[in-house]
Amino acid sequence: MHSAIEGIGLAPYLSIGAILLVLGVFGIFVNRKNVIIILMSIELILLSANINFVAFSAATGDLSGQVMTLFVLTIAAAESAIGLAIVTVYFRNRGSIEVDDITMMKG
Amino acid sequence: MNWTLALPEIVLALSGLVILLAGVMQRRGQAFFSCAMMTLLALVVTGILVVFSPDGTGYSHIFINDGFARFMKVLSLTGAALSVVLSVGYAREMEIDKFEFPVLILFSTLGTMIMASSGNLMTLFVGLELSSLSIYILCAFARDRVTAAEAGLKYFVLGSLASGLLLYGISLAYGFAGTMEYAGLQQAVRGSAVLPAGLMVGIVFVLVGLCFKLSMVPFHMWTPDVYQGAPTSVTAYMAGAPKIAAFAVLLRVMAGPFGSMTPQWQLLIEVVSAASMVFGSLAAIPQGNIKRLMAYSSIGHMGYAMIGMAAGTAEGTRGTLVYLVTYLFMNVGAFAGIVAMRRRGRAVSQISDLSGLGRTDPGMALAMAVFMFSMAGAPPLAGFFGKLMVFYAAINAHLYALAAIGIVSSVIGAYYYIRIVKIMFFDAAAPALDRSPVSVSFVSVGMGLVTTFFVVGLGPVATAAQAAASALFR
Repeated sequence: MHSAIEGIGLAPYLSIGAILLVLGVFGIFVNRKNVIIILMSIELILLSANINFVAFSAATGDLSGQVMTLFVLTIAAAESAIGLAIVTVYFRNRGSIEVDDITMMKG
Repeated sequence: MNWTLALPEIVLALSGLVILLAGVMQRRGQAFFSCAMMTLLALVVTGILVVFSPDGTGYSHIFINDGFARFMKVLSLTGAALSVVLSVGYAREMEIDKFEFPVLILFSTLGTMIMASSGNLMTLFVGLELSSLSIYILCAFARDRVTAAEAGLKYFVLGSLASGLLLYGISLAYGFAGTMEYAGLQQAVRGSAVLPAGLMVGIVFVLVGLCFKLSMVPFHMWTPDVYQGAPTSVTAYMAGAPKIAAFAVLLRVMAGPFGSMTPQWQLLIEVVSAASMVFGSLAAIPQGNIKRLMAYSSIGHMGYAMIGMAAGTAEGTRGTLVYLVTYLFMNVGAFAGIVAMRRRGRAVSQISDLSGLGRTDPGMALAMAVFMFSMAGAPPLAGFFGKLMVFYAAINAHLYALAAIGIVSSVIGAYYYIRIVKIMFFDAAAPALDRSPVSVSFVSVGMGLVTTFFVVGLGPVATAAQAAASALFR
């Protein structure tokens, strides 16, 4: 575990994390099509943080980052379950999950 | 290991599971009321346990119990219990009287308590998610209403984005400080003459995530829509306990681990606070829906409460805590009034629906007037003392501009609060509203009395807040 980080360095891991974060944030704000894509983007953001946690944990030799990753995975599962449930409820009422249609309330 | 430190949380979690089980075993129609009552009992018992819980840190430093944590926990338990009482009559009329409803409020409150006691960024995140995930479900609980589903969806998407950013910030802070514990972070920050850029970015991400939960400007976009669409008793809950918990975390993190770098983050907090106050008072003026108006009003109130944090002193923290107490009471009271707004069995929420309430229902109109004057900050009422204490702390910390902006925006804000009073007492009467359920009148009258005679209890509240603040700055 240590040797992998020593061979490559921390920078590539952090770069991948940052790229995933940016992809996730853009996926939420630029995407005008489908709510499911937003759910996927949220998952990307959480996973980008996970990559950071594991990389830092391996680099510093401190295990708490990897423990955190397990917690985050659990929470991400709960979050996507709830997200899908809410999307289902919304679809039943509205008959559509287009992002541009979510405009009942404004002001 | 001293496991009794977390006894209130353990009791609350176990009773949540027991209530869930009891709800499943009962018949569909009766389960809601008995589960709501059991939830209320569990919240009260937990509150008593919190008051008598010992000081200390436990579970290998991830859990802190001190005067500050106790203060915040009692506050958020109070908010939760009042919202459960409000829900009892409301949920039946809205046909959302399923037993999961009070249980979700219970688990969300458990999350807020864990946040208030967090001694580690890991505990912070888990507590925050427990509280947020429950609220996402509660927002969409009225699942046959399109507005509720839309509110739930919007809150879920933006809330998850905020949690994601917060988590990313935590990962950076962990990487560059080498630890997630508050005590370790404090040492890392104090020990380094120049902060690593990564740690700075991490702190900003954490701040952004928490400001999002507090609906501070510029992260407020979700607030009006979610407040309007969610069932009213859920809105009453959302405006109370979770905001108190987010403030608990912000105050603890900013005073403890990042306390030695106050000059670096102070300007950021000042700008956010000033922007929230000004935006909250200006954007509320054209609103026609009272729930939207309350959303903008709560954005403004969070701005005022943050003045005390911007001061960065124990006195400022005391001001924030007293402000949160007054905010909680007048806010729940005002929402009790909104819950009671029903005409021929249908919920109405336009401000014009209140016209002439002074003649058709003088008691409710009087209570609403008290809450509106209190929110505007009129003297003998609760809201005045909260504002007084944060402004006083700001002036003592030489934040004259911030105090001036606060006073100007509270004058602007007074316009729309007092406009509601004018509509209730001087406009032509609309058809009378339905009689409100006993539980709602109970909350309304109780909070009205608390708000009116807050000056009697100001001494003890200020003393408790002082003790809580000094526990943080020790």
